[in-house]
Amino acid sequence: MIALQARRSHRVERIALVGLRFAAFFVILAMAALLGYLAYEGTKTFSADHVSLGEFLFSPNFAVDAGHPGSAVFIAGSLAVTVFAITVGGPIGIAVGIFLAEIAPARMTQLLKPAIEVMVGIPSVVYGWLGLTLLVPLIRTHTSSPTGFGLAAAGIVLSIMILPTVITLSEDAFRSLPPALKEGSLALGATRWQTITRVLLPSASSGLAVALILGIARAIGETLAIQMVIGNATQFPQGLFAPTAALTTEIVTDMPGATQGSLLEHSLFSMALLLLLIAMVLILLVRFVLRRRT
Amino acid sequence: MKRWPGPPVLSVALCLIGLALAGCSSPSSTTTTASGSSTLTVAGSTAMLPLVLEASGEYQRMHPTVKISVSGGGSAAGIAQVAARAIDIGDSDILAVAHPELVDSRVAVVGFAVIANPSVHVKSLSRAQLREVFSGKITNWRAVGGADQKIVVVNRARSSGTRAVFAKVIMGTTPLYEGGLVEDSTGTAVSVVRSTPGAVSYVALSGINGPGVTIVAVDGVAPSKATIVTGRYPIWSYEHMYTYGPPKGEAARFIAFVRGATDLVKKNKFITISEMHVTENDR
Repeated sequence: MIALQARRSHRVERIALVGLRFAAFFVILAMAALLGYLAYEGTKTFSADHVSLGEFLFSPNFAVDAGHPGSAVFIAGSLAVTVFAITVGGPIGIAVGIFLAEIAPARMTQLLKPAIEVMVGIPSVVYGWLGLTLLVPLIRTHTSSPTGFGLAAAGIVLSIMILPTVITLSEDAFRSLPPALKEGSLALGATRWQTITRVLLPSASSGLAVALILGIARAIGETLAIQMVIGNATQFPQGLFAPTAALTTEIVTDMPGATQGSLLEHSLFSMALLLLLIAMVLILLVRFVLRRRT
Repeated sequence: MKRWPGPPVLSVALCLIGLALAGCSSPSSTTTTASGSSTLTVAGSTAMLPLVLEASGEYQRMHPTVKISVSGGGSAAGIAQVAARAIDIGDSDILAVAHPELVDSRVAVVGFAVIANPSVHVKSLSRAQLREVFSGKITNWRAVGGADQKIVVVNRARSSGTRAVFAKVIMGTTPLYEGGLVEDSTGTAVSVVRSTPGAVSYVALSGINGPGVTIVAVDGVAPSKATIVTGRYPIWSYEHMYTYGPPKGEAARFIAFVRGATDLVKKNKFITISEMHVTENDR
């Protein structure tokens, strides 16, 4: 009897184990397939079309019909909107993180937290649409920009979109600090402001760095919302209010018409591969920062 | 403790992936189910979209067992997808020169108009002036007799057939200015021109709905059926429906229906091929 029960539970355990292994195996396989396919297709620009890596990365001449897939414009556009977003959204996000962890009364936190969670759930097309109908006309009427589309519109939309990431992670960074730090500082007669700027901020710096890096990762990968407001012009960012394009927006704009095997398709795949590599570098950076802390 | 998942797990995984792949790559050519109903997928040119949508509605009313799904995506997308056998019919404003396996059925003729925001105060432009505007050589409407207003060139995406026709007929070897805005469908191009002072673009006549944009004449000739069929207005092209190999079955019947639906063709501001006095070579 006992032996039978033991055997049955043993079987259940075996089945469960197989199921779990299968799930893990599937994730690894999906990841490997994705990486392999992108690497294969994304390098055809260089292997099949014989374009040099230097031309792809540094030439602004994106004329695929004439054999030139220079993508410097899109790379510069991606960097510009990301720098804009993290410069505006980063400090605001960290400030809200400090507020939530150190200053806000419990009831306010209860109100703010769900609001931030809702921000994560809003689809990016909604952000883009709001940008298109509110932000673009606003920029058009209040600046010298004839269109309102461009770097500033995309950057502002992105700044808002990365806020939840930066807020949540920086709040966690402050909350995970040992309470003794804060208590010790206050006991020594430091004011609340001095405690935050001289004790808590430096101690939480690696956690805040992770918040900013993941904010950057979020910004550089965002596609639809910024495609709707950036203008999609194949030109370097010429000031805040001129239209430009990013890697993601270029892929989504020209992808539908890219004939299989064409240089256009290959160069779009190369851009996708580049985005993947950037994401991997950012994740490695996060691991490096976290490891250094411990 | 084995590290590697056992053979059954592996084979199940491979089966699943195999199924998924098979599902993706199988050609979705006209499928007839047991009940006798069939489905047809059509995609491509957004200029053709209003005509094809209305024709498919009418066709499905007449043939209740047929399901037709119609979408846009751009001419190049239509050609690419039908060449990959992902759809049954690819709509295009341009010739699919790179695909000898595709068979062309011309269903209508479409005229394209240069449209501008009313703020520019320009009624007509010569071809040379159009080239200067769309290549970015001039940047203010004053230079072509309009208002003191910055020019905002609104291009279509590289996959656009409208863009290809405009580039071929008007621009020739002069490259289009890439510094303006880029819109990926006829509809969004019209709405951006309507809402942006100084904006100018090129769209299918069939895509201009409602007021709010100025149609700019080319060399003094406004686009209309009369000026297009006699060859006086230059920017037009055939509307092609491409099939993989000669059209068969439901696809052939639907193409014949669109071509014969002269009422729908006219209502959507297209021109039937039989009305043309000139051919593409006369342009």
